[in-house]
Amino acid sequence: MSNETPDNLPRRLFLREGLWAAALAALGVAAAAVLAKSRKPKKVWQIHPLKCIGCGRCATHCVLSDSAVKCVHAYAMCGYCDLCTGYFIPEPKDLTTAAENQLCPTGAIRRTFIEDPYFEYTIDEALCNGCGKCIKGCSAFGNGSLFLQVRHDRCVNCNECAIAAACPSQAFRRVPADKPYLLKDQL
Amino acid sequence: MSGLRRLLFVLLWMTVSASAVSVQRFPPPEFENEYIIPTPVTPPPRSMTMEIVDTAVLAAALALGSWLALKKRSRKGIVLLSAACLAYFGFWRKGCICPIGAIGNVSLALFDADYAIPWTVTAFFFLPMIFTLFFGRSFCGSACPLGAVQDLVLLRPVRIPEWMEAPLRLLAWLYLSLAVLFAATASAFVICRYDPFVAFFRFSANPALWVMSFAMLVISILVGRPYCRFLCPYGVILRQIGRFSKFRVTITPDECIRCRLCENSCPFGAIDRPTVEWPRTEYARGRRRLLLFFGLLPVLIAGAAALGYAAGPKLAMTHPDVRLAKLVALEQSQAMKEPPDEIKAFRTTGQTAEALYREADRKQRQFAVGSTLVGGWMGLLAGVTLIQNSIFWRRSDYEARRSGCVACGRCFNACPPHRQWLKNKQDKTPGK
Repeated sequence: MSNETPDNLPRRLFLREGLWAAALAALGVAAAAVLAKSRKPKKVWQIHPLKCIGCGRCATHCVLSDSAVKCVHAYAMCGYCDLCTGYFIPEPKDLTTAAENQLCPTGAIRRTFIEDPYFEYTIDEALCNGCGKCIKGCSAFGNGSLFLQVRHDRCVNCNECAIAAACPSQAFRRVPADKPYLLKDQL
Repeated sequence: MSGLRRLLFVLLWMTVSASAVSVQRFPPPEFENEYIIPTPVTPPPRSMTMEIVDTAVLAAALALGSWLALKKRSRKGIVLLSAACLAYFGFWRKGCICPIGAIGNVSLALFDADYAIPWTVTAFFFLPMIFTLFFGRSFCGSACPLGAVQDLVLLRPVRIPEWMEAPLRLLAWLYLSLAVLFAATASAFVICRYDPFVAFFRFSANPALWVMSFAMLVISILVGRPYCRFLCPYGVILRQIGRFSKFRVTITPDECIRCRLCENSCPFGAIDRPTVEWPRTEYARGRRRLLLFFGLLPVLIAGAAALGYAAGPKLAMTHPDVRLAKLVALEQSQAMKEPPDEIKAFRTTGQTAEALYREADRKQRQFAVGSTLVGGWMGLLAGVTLIQNSIFWRRSDYEARRSGCVACGRCFNACPPHRQWLKNKQDKTPGK
C-alpha cells in the first residue's frame, strides 16, 4: 500500500476497527430485537372452517403435488343422513355407493351403514385431494359437518402458504402449533 | 323415511342459496346400538428438530466455507461444499427455510406485533450476516443453494461491462425495498413467492414460475450469478456488511506481483485492478461531475419519492383487503353475471362493505407512506451510485472487492504466488 504513509496508517486502522465494531454492535442489537419477538409460541397454517367456502383452490395451489389440505369430518355435528348431500351428487340415481352417484371425484368418502336410517361417512385421506366439493354440498343442504383442514402430518409449513395467497375468503391463518386445528364442532 | 328426506332435499335445493355457513338442519341421531361417535384424528405438526438441524448445518457450512476460502484456499473444497449445501438446503429441504426469504419474516416481525417469528428463522437471517462481518460473503459462495445452482451451471461467462454493474444492482435494492414494504404491510412474502429456483427444488410450480426458473437458469450459463449480483435482496445486504469484514478473501496468499493473470478469472466482476492516476484534466472533469451529482441528489430523491407515491395505489393491490374492496366496489357499481368466489366468500362473512372499505383505506394509507419512502430511498441510492462512479479510488494491487466477492475461489489457481504457496505446502507435508 504505497499511498499509506506510516503517519496515517494507524488512523485508518483505527477508523476501520471502529466501523467494524460499530457494525457488529448494530447487528447484535438488531438480532436481539428480533429475537425478543421470537419467544412467542411457534405458529402453523390452518383454515378457519367458518370462513372457508370450499372454492377448490386448496386442491390446486398447494406446493405439494398432493395437497396438504384434506377433508375432515366432525362426526359430532353429522346428521348421519341416508341422503347425504356431501356424498351424493344433486339428484342421484339411487342412494347407493355406485360411482355415478358420488360427489367426490376421487371416491374418498366411505359410507357405512350404522342402523336404520343412519349412515356413517368417513374420509379416506390417502384419496382426498382437498377439492372441497363435499364441503360445499354438506354446508348447502346438510349440517356442514364436513370441512377442510390443513393436515400437519403433510404440511411443510411454508413461509408464505401458497394456498393462503390464493384463498378467496382469507380463511387461512397462522395458529399456535400447540393448537394446530380449528375443528368445526369445537369452535 | 328415505322418501321424506328426499322431498326435504328437493325443497332445500330450491330454497337454500349456496352459502357455506353451516346450519344444524338435521339433529344428530340418538343411536340404539352401541355406536360410539368417533372424533376426527389430528396429527400434530412436525417437530422443531428438523429446523434445529437446519440451523446447525447452516452454521457448520458457514464456518467450513470461511475456512476453505480464507485458510485452505481450495476452490475444489468450496465447490464440493456448495454442492452439498445445494443438495441439503435445496433438494432435500426444498429450499425452505433460507436467509433470503427470512427478510420477509423479519420485516413482518418488526412491524406486526402479533406475528411470532420462529427463532430458527431469526438465526437463519442473522448467522450469515455475522459471518460476513468476520470473514466476507462465504455464505453466498458456499452455503446458499441458489448461489450454488448459478455457480455450477456457469459455463461460458460473458463479462458485463463495469459501468452497467452498479445501475443493475439497483434492481436488487428495489427488490429488497419492495419486499420489505410488502412484508411489513402483511401483504405478501414476494421473495418466497418468486424464488428463482424453488421450482427445481420442489419439482412443482405454476407455469409462470417454471418459465422464470428456466430463464434464470439459462441466463446463469452466460452471466455469472445473475440473481446474486443483480436481484438477490439478501446479497445486497451482505455486500454492505462485507465492506466492513474483519478478514477477507485475498487473491494471493503472498504479495501481489501484478502479473494480471487473475484479471479475467472472476466472472462476477469482483476483482479490482490497480488504478492508473487520472490525468489532471480528467480530475477536473471528475470534480465538476461530482458537484453536479451532489446537486442532483435532492432532485433525484424528490423525483423518485413522487414516483413511489404515484405507484402506491398499484402496490397496495398486493394486499388482499384492498383487492377485495376494489372487487366489492366494482360489483356494487355494475351487476356481475357470476360473482367471483371472493365476493361470495365476502357475503358469507356478513361484514359490511363500509367496514371493508375502511380497512382497505387504512392499508392504502400505509402504502402511500411506505411506497413514498421506498421511492425516496431508491432515489438516494441512484444518486450514491452516480457519485461512487465519479470518485477516483486509488489501488496498487489486484484485490478481491470486499463487497462483490462471494468467496468462490476461482481466482486462486490463476495466481502464480498461490500455486507456489501450494507447492511449498505440499513439499512440507511429511511423507512426500
